[in-house]
Amino acid sequence: MRHRKLNTKRLNRSLGGDIFSIAVLVLFGSFMVLPMIYAISNAFKPLDELFMFPPRFFVRNPTMDNFRDLFLLMAQSWVPFSRYIFNTLFITAAGTAGHVVVASMAAYALEKHRFPGSKLFFSIVVTSLMFSSVVTAIPNYLVMARLNWLDTYLSLIIPAFGYPLGLFLMKQFMETVPDSLLESARMDGASEFRTFWTIAMPCVKPAWLTLVIFSFQTLWGNTGSTFIYSEELKTLPYALNQILLGGFARAGVGAAVVLLMMIVPVTLFMVTQSSIIQTMAKSGIKDD
Amino acid sequence: MSAVVEKAVQPVQGKTVTFRSRFENLKKQVWKNKISYLFVAPFGIIFFVFTIIPVVVSMGLSFTYFNILETPKFIGWQNYTRLFLSDDVFLKSVKNTFLLAAITGPIGYLASLMFAWFINELPPKIRALMVLIFYAPSISGNVYMIWQVMFSSDAYGYINSTLIKLGIATEPILWLQDPKYIMPVIMIVVLWMSLGTGFLSFVAGLQSIDRVQYEAGVVDGIKNRWQELWYITLPNMKPMLMFGAVMSITSSFAISDVTIALAGMPSVDYAAHTVVNHLIDYGTIRFEMGYASAIATVLFLTMIFCNKVVQNLLRKVGR
Repeated sequence: MRHRKLNTKRLNRSLGGDIFSIAVLVLFGSFMVLPMIYAISNAFKPLDELFMFPPRFFVRNPTMDNFRDLFLLMAQSWVPFSRYIFNTLFITAAGTAGHVVVASMAAYALEKHRFPGSKLFFSIVVTSLMFSSVVTAIPNYLVMARLNWLDTYLSLIIPAFGYPLGLFLMKQFMETVPDSLLESARMDGASEFRTFWTIAMPCVKPAWLTLVIFSFQTLWGNTGSTFIYSEELKTLPYALNQILLGGFARAGVGAAVVLLMMIVPVTLFMVTQSSIIQTMAKSGIKDD
Repeated sequence: MSAVVEKAVQPVQGKTVTFRSRFENLKKQVWKNKISYLFVAPFGIIFFVFTIIPVVVSMGLSFTYFNILETPKFIGWQNYTRLFLSDDVFLKSVKNTFLLAAITGPIGYLASLMFAWFINELPPKIRALMVLIFYAPSISGNVYMIWQVMFSSDAYGYINSTLIKLGIATEPILWLQDPKYIMPVIMIVVLWMSLGTGFLSFVAGLQSIDRVQYEAGVVDGIKNRWQELWYITLPNMKPMLMFGAVMSITSSFAISDVTIALAGMPSVDYAAHTVVNHLIDYGTIRFEMGYASAIATVLFLTMIFCNKVVQNLLRKVGR
């Protein structure tokens, strides 16, 4: 009983401090959320409200016109719109699946096996977190050209397999898989791959959900414009960005597009938040 | 004379022998662990081809003149001397990038930590909602376009019309065209999006600290939440602090999409031109690949250098 009481008691907290921290959260929380609400509200505004003076923050007569116009516009597009949607779904699904399998395999070996070069390899991966992919954009184009992958799905899918952040997070989370569990599987005669796939992988479900979400976020926003030229291979974000570039004439449709692009990753994060937080608890870079 | 020569050769021969036996040993080790290498190989190959090779190629190309059509021509340090001695726009972009990184990097980082710490005190349901609210802007695709509407330069812009209504401004302010205002506006938007992966790492790190340590801290005489933060919480979170710093430094030096979307490319008087914008300009518009590679290499080295410096600073936390 006493132990329980100690656990629920909040230590070292003054009322003043609590009020201060809540005030800060409310203030900055509104700063964070207001533009999002504005974006949502804009998507439902009829055209006259979008160009009203003075502008209004909230929608007065909500309408689905913008979404209807978006679908009409989609129906008129030169390449059927379903094609853009298929392209993005295919690239995202293939890239994400491959990334999870390939990165988990490497993470498993790096964490659970001892072999020459493993430490070096992992430290190179960690170093690669320290620079952005814009640095490698130009040579990447040359590599794609060499491989003859320009203007194919491969140019977007295969590089996604090798995102260093995914390997890093997965390797850190593999620490939580008890070695004894793997050992007993090996004693029962399971091959190393089988041990990895049927024992280790189910244990790290939060981590691969995290990898799925992170790689989804990257691929979902990928316009692929550097590697893809054929209109029928282009992605949904590319097509939607083209609509956004339409300017004033398409302001309403544009607002609907912004909402669509934002709603998907935000909803996915909402659903998977607890798994992601569980994974991120292992995300630290250890200093050794 | 010959004795001297023999003496000099002897140790060298000894070295080659041990080197060879070492090599044999390594070969045996590799063969013994072949399964491990097979596991790492798919990721390793892809990572090598699309990350390591490009970095090396970029460094190599930075010493050449290369326009994609002709074969690269070696020109030594010329790209670098041109960058630092005669390219005024590059120097301006360096200034802008460092300004953006120096302001939005640390503020975004500390804000992530502070918000994560405050959020950690809340009950679980509200905590999840607050995490969503703070994290959402960084994953919402191009929702930052909404800032363009808000900072729109005519009286229809939300901010301009509010300022006029309140009597603060008499005429619309050209937020995204006036070089005086472009950078502050971009900093606000960048900060708005800066609670990303590092923030999640902090939230998770705070939740995983064992409560027993706080109780022990009270016994040892910790009096308020600030002491608790410095002596218990932060030292426990050091690995997350490192991770968050890497994420924040890397992204603050790579700012480009936001400046292009808000201020255009090129922005008025290059007021919001960043190093990455300069790289895009030469790499994908002017096709001066050698020169663009030099820009990429400078950026690469800067990012790595800053990361190493900050990691050394973070080692001192809680000491």
